[in-house]
Amino acid sequence: MRDRIVIGLILCLALTSIIAFMTVNLRGNIAFALELRGIRLAALVTVAVAIALSTVTFQTITGNRILTPSIMGLDALYQFGQAALVFALGGLGYVSLSPHLKFGMEASALMLLAMLILWPALKSRMDLTLMLLAGVVIGGLFRSLTNLLARLIDPQEFAVAQRAMYANFSAPNTDLLAIATLVTLLAGGFLFSRRHLLDIAALGRDTAIGLGLDWNRVVLVQLITVSLLVAVATALVGPVTFFGLLIAALAERLTSSRRHASVFVVAMLLGVIVLVGGQTLLQHGLGQAGTLSVVVDFLGGLVFILFLFARRAR
Amino acid sequence: MSAKLETHHRRAMIGAGLCLALLVVLSLAIGVQELSLSGTEGGMPFGDLMAISRLPRTLAAVLCGAGLAVAGQIMQTLTRNRFVEPSTAGTAQSAALGILIVTLFLPAAGLGVKALVASGCALIGTALFLATAHRLPPEQPHLVPLFGLVYGGVVGAAVTYVAWQTDLLQYLDIWTNGEFSGVLKGRYELLFVAFVIVGVATVIADRLTIMALGKDQATSLGIDYRRMTQIGLVLVSVMSALSVVVVGLIPFVGLVVPNLISRLSGDNLRGTLPLVALGGAILVLASDIAGRVMRFPYEIPVGTVMGVIGPAVFLWFILRERRDA
Repeated sequence: MRDRIVIGLILCLALTSIIAFMTVNLRGNIAFALELRGIRLAALVTVAVAIALSTVTFQTITGNRILTPSIMGLDALYQFGQAALVFALGGLGYVSLSPHLKFGMEASALMLLAMLILWPALKSRMDLTLMLLAGVVIGGLFRSLTNLLARLIDPQEFAVAQRAMYANFSAPNTDLLAIATLVTLLAGGFLFSRRHLLDIAALGRDTAIGLGLDWNRVVLVQLITVSLLVAVATALVGPVTFFGLLIAALAERLTSSRRHASVFVVAMLLGVIVLVGGQTLLQHGLGQAGTLSVVVDFLGGLVFILFLFARRAR
Repeated sequence: MSAKLETHHRRAMIGAGLCLALLVVLSLAIGVQELSLSGTEGGMPFGDLMAISRLPRTLAAVLCGAGLAVAGQIMQTLTRNRFVEPSTAGTAQSAALGILIVTLFLPAAGLGVKALVASGCALIGTALFLATAHRLPPEQPHLVPLFGLVYGGVVGAAVTYVAWQTDLLQYLDIWTNGEFSGVLKGRYELLFVAFVIVGVATVIADRLTIMALGKDQATSLGIDYRRMTQIGLVLVSVMSALSVVVVGLIPFVGLVVPNLISRLSGDNLRGTLPLVALGGAILVLASDIAGRVMRFPYEIPVGTVMGVIGPAVFLWFILRERRDA
C-alpha cells in the first residue's frame, strides 16, 4: 500500500519534471524546439531507465547496497573499448564506420570483458570491500588507459576523444538514440520479467540455491544484461560514476518491501526526476546547462561516503 | 640497525644512485631540439638549451618524484595504511581547489602566493581526511583507501564545478594532469623546497617509524603523537601543493614507491627514507622520459603515464596481499 502511494507521488513528480523540461522558456519556432527537446528528453529517460535497472540488478546479484556497475568501472571499460577501436582502426576508419556497428562492437566487447573480469570475482565470493577497492582502481586504470590511447592516436583528434570522457547530459549522442532505446526496452523488459527470480536471488546465494535457483546461470545472465544497459547509458551521455548509487539508495529507502517490482519502478522514476528535473532546474533555474553530471557525482559521492560509515555502525 | 641491514641499505643506495644518474643523463640528451656542442643551425646554443629547458625539466622531475614519494610514505605512516597517498586522500585535489580560489580572487598573484594558499587548502583537506579516516574500523583496512579515493573524487567534483562555472576548466586540466613540458628556468625553483621536506622527514624518520606502531604504543614510547601528526601533515600538504602548482598532479608515486621499498628493504624509515626519495625520483624521471619517447616528437604527460602504472601496481599489491593472507 505504502509503495503505491510513493510510486504515485514520484510519478507525479517525474511527469512534472518532463512537462517542465518540455515547456519552460519555450519560444521561437515552437515545433522545432519541441522536436529538439523531445529527442533530448527521450535520451535522458533512456539513460535514467538503463542506469536504474542495471544498478538495482547489479546490487542484487552482488548482494550489497554500495556496489554499482559504474563504481566497479564498467563505464570506464566501455570507453576504453571505444578508444581501443579508434586506435585499431585509425581516426578515419573509425569515423567511416556506421555508428550502429561501432556501438554493437563496443557493447559486445564490454559484455565480454565484464564476464572475464567480474564473473570470477563474483563466483569466488570475494570480500566486498576488497572488490570495491579493486573496482574503483580498475575504473581509474581504464580511464587512464583511455587517456593514454587518446594521446597516442593523434594530438589533433585528442580533443575530440577527450570530450567524450566527461558526461554530458545537455547534448546526448542522438545518433544512437533509436537503437539505445530499443536495447533498453528489450533488456529492461527482460529484467522486469525476471523480477521474481531476482527477489529470490536477493535472499542471498545460499538461500536462493536452497530454494532451487540455478545461481550461477542467473547471475551470469543478469551480469550480461547489466553490461548491455551500461553500454547504452555510456554511449548516450558518457560516464556518471555515482548516479546509479544515488537513485538506487533513494529507491531502497522509499520502498517498504524490497520487491524488485517496486524498487525497479521507483528507481526508474527517481532517475527521470534527477536527470530531467535536474537538467531543467540547472538550465533554466540557475542558467547552468552543462554541470548536472558534476552535481550528481558530488551528491552521489557523499551518499557513498555516508554508506561506508553506516556499514560500520551496523 | 644491524650491520647486515646497513650494508644492504648502502648497496641499494649506490645502485639507485647510479640508476638515477643514468636517467638524468638520458633525460638531458632527449628532446625535440637536436643537441650539438657547437650549437645547431638556427637553434639555441647548447649551453642555453641546457640551462633554460633541459636541466630545469630534469631537476623538476627528480625533485617532484623524491618529494611525492616521501610524502606518500609519511601519509602511510599517519594512517597506518599502505594504500594511502596524496592523490588518493584528497590532498592533491584540495590543493587544486586552493589554486582555483587564488586564480579567482587574486588573478595577479605569483607562484609563491598560489603555493601558499594551495598548501593551506591541502592542509585542511588532508586533516579532514585523517580525522574521518580514523573513525573507520581498523579491522577493514581496505575501507580507508576506498574512502580516500571517493573523498578525492568528491573534492574533485567540487573543483570541476567551480572551474566550469568560471571558465577555468582548461587551467584545471593543467593542474590535474602532471606534465613537465612547460617547465623552464624560473618556473620550477619552488620545487627545491622538496629538499627541505625530504630532509625534515629524514631527521624525524625514527619517530615516524615508531608512530607506525599506532597512537597508544607511540605515546607510551614517549612520542608527542599530536605534534608529529601535525608536522607530517604540513610536510605532505606543502609537497603536494607545490607539485600541483608547478607541474600538476602526478598520482600514485607516493603509493608505488614506499610499498616497493618496504617490500625490498623493510620498514625502518631511517634506513629506507633516502631510498624512498631516490626511488620516487627514478620513477618520475623514467615516466617522463617514457612519455617523451613513446610518440616522439609529441609528448605524453607524466601524469598520464603514472595514471596507468600506478593503478596497475596498486591492483597487484591488493590482490597479492589477499593471496598471501
